[in-house]
Amino acid sequence: MKGNSYFSRKLHSLVGIIPLGGFFIVHALTNFQAFERGPEGFQNGVNFINNLPLLPVLEFVLIYIPLLFHGIYGLYVAYQSNSNLGRFKYGRNWAFTAQRVTGVITFVFVFWHVYQTRFQVYMGNISHEELGSTMNHIASSPLVFTLYVIGVLAASFHFANGLWAFLISWGITVGERAQRVSSKICMAIFLLVSALFILSLVAFRGDEFKEVADAVTAVRSLL
Amino acid sequence: MAETTVASKMVTFIITRQDKPESQAYSETFKVPYRPNMNVISALMEIQRNPVTAEGKKTTPVVWESNCLEEVCGACSMVINGKPRQACSALIDQLEQPIRLEPMRTFPVVRDLVIDRERMFSALKKVKAWIPIDGTYDLGPGPRMAESKRQWAYELSKCMTCGVCLESCPNVNERNSFIGPAAISQVRLFNAHPTGEMNKEERLEALMEDGGIEGCGNSQNCVRSCPKGIPLTTSIAAMNRDTTKQLFKKWLTV
Repeated sequence: MKGNSYFSRKLHSLVGIIPLGGFFIVHALTNFQAFERGPEGFQNGVNFINNLPLLPVLEFVLIYIPLLFHGIYGLYVAYQSNSNLGRFKYGRNWAFTAQRVTGVITFVFVFWHVYQTRFQVYMGNISHEELGSTMNHIASSPLVFTLYVIGVLAASFHFANGLWAFLISWGITVGERAQRVSSKICMAIFLLVSALFILSLVAFRGDEFKEVADAVTAVRSLL
Repeated sequence: MAETTVASKMVTFIITRQDKPESQAYSETFKVPYRPNMNVISALMEIQRNPVTAEGKKTTPVVWESNCLEEVCGACSMVINGKPRQACSALIDQLEQPIRLEPMRTFPVVRDLVIDRERMFSALKKVKAWIPIDGTYDLGPGPRMAESKRQWAYELSKCMTCGVCLESCPNVNERNSFIGPAAISQVRLFNAHPTGEMNKEERLEALMEDGGIEGCGNSQNCVRSCPKGIPLTTSIAAMNRDTTKQLFKKWLTV
């Protein structure tokens, strides 16, 4: 199969769900531990991920490389589209434009978020144990909190609506009824995943994460 | 005043005009005397007979294309009050005034409301939207088509290459080489035919090239706009399924 736009676009659709969509769900569930079980639960989630075998390989093969491909090729896909919402005010046409807008928002948000968290760990500025307190610091600022809420809403919509489109692009949902039912399921997924992320962000604002942060600082100062 | 009583029986048109393919578009307003049951074509004929703008300025007659006048040829497609459709089936009684007429700008404008739909016919050639039966001897009758299949395939055969689906598609534009919904649905039609099916791989391959089926972004405007009610999005999804199968077949069996 020669490398043409059919192949690239199909791959773009695939990596958006496998592995990126899968990672996105795992990320939502890990964060939600902050809401469900507090700082300790969140730390267990972080530890679970960090104890996975071949972690650097997993991160590059399943996250960074697909993310860069999906993001950069996605910007090109967005560039190739017009928005004609003025003339065609249909729900699906709104979703079409929203898919491209949320894609660009997510692209920017992911870079910023990775810089604030994972990149700081790489640089040695923070440790894995301090991610909770880093998130407390991030979520405590009203401005950053708002930007994060926008970011997670955009990412969740992009994922859920992308799942709907993936089912069509791969020829799984063919008929009109199948596509209508899957769109309802995907919108339910959007609401659910958004709720998981927003509740986690609210939880990160809690004093218990600040106390952990204080404790870590105290231990640091003693050492 | 006499004029006011006359004006109440006038139909106002705001028409986007363009003298040459490369020249600037401009708009002109026309007032046409109302007649019962008139459609956009009969109003355009009225303007042709008396090409005077609402301001009383003499102008060139507005140019348009039309043929069958019963919504089966697709020639008179234009943008009427923001929506692409056929002028012959656009009844004045059902339109909000002033009635705005524009050419379908997705296609090259030849003059006024006349556009060049050549890209649609090229697309049909590209996907081989026909059934090859020519040979050096009589091949005899082909296999029969099941009636249940014929019924849905007949719906797809109603496509008149009018271009409304391309005009409504946000991915058919100058930055994108997307072939458009019409030709994809024709691949489904000809691949459903028992004789056409014998060449189905050729048509699927044509959709798996640059600007093929992957250009669809699922805005689904096409199916909402199609004047013949063709299930275009179902056709696209069905061809997504068949091209996916073709992709794996090529990877795994050859």
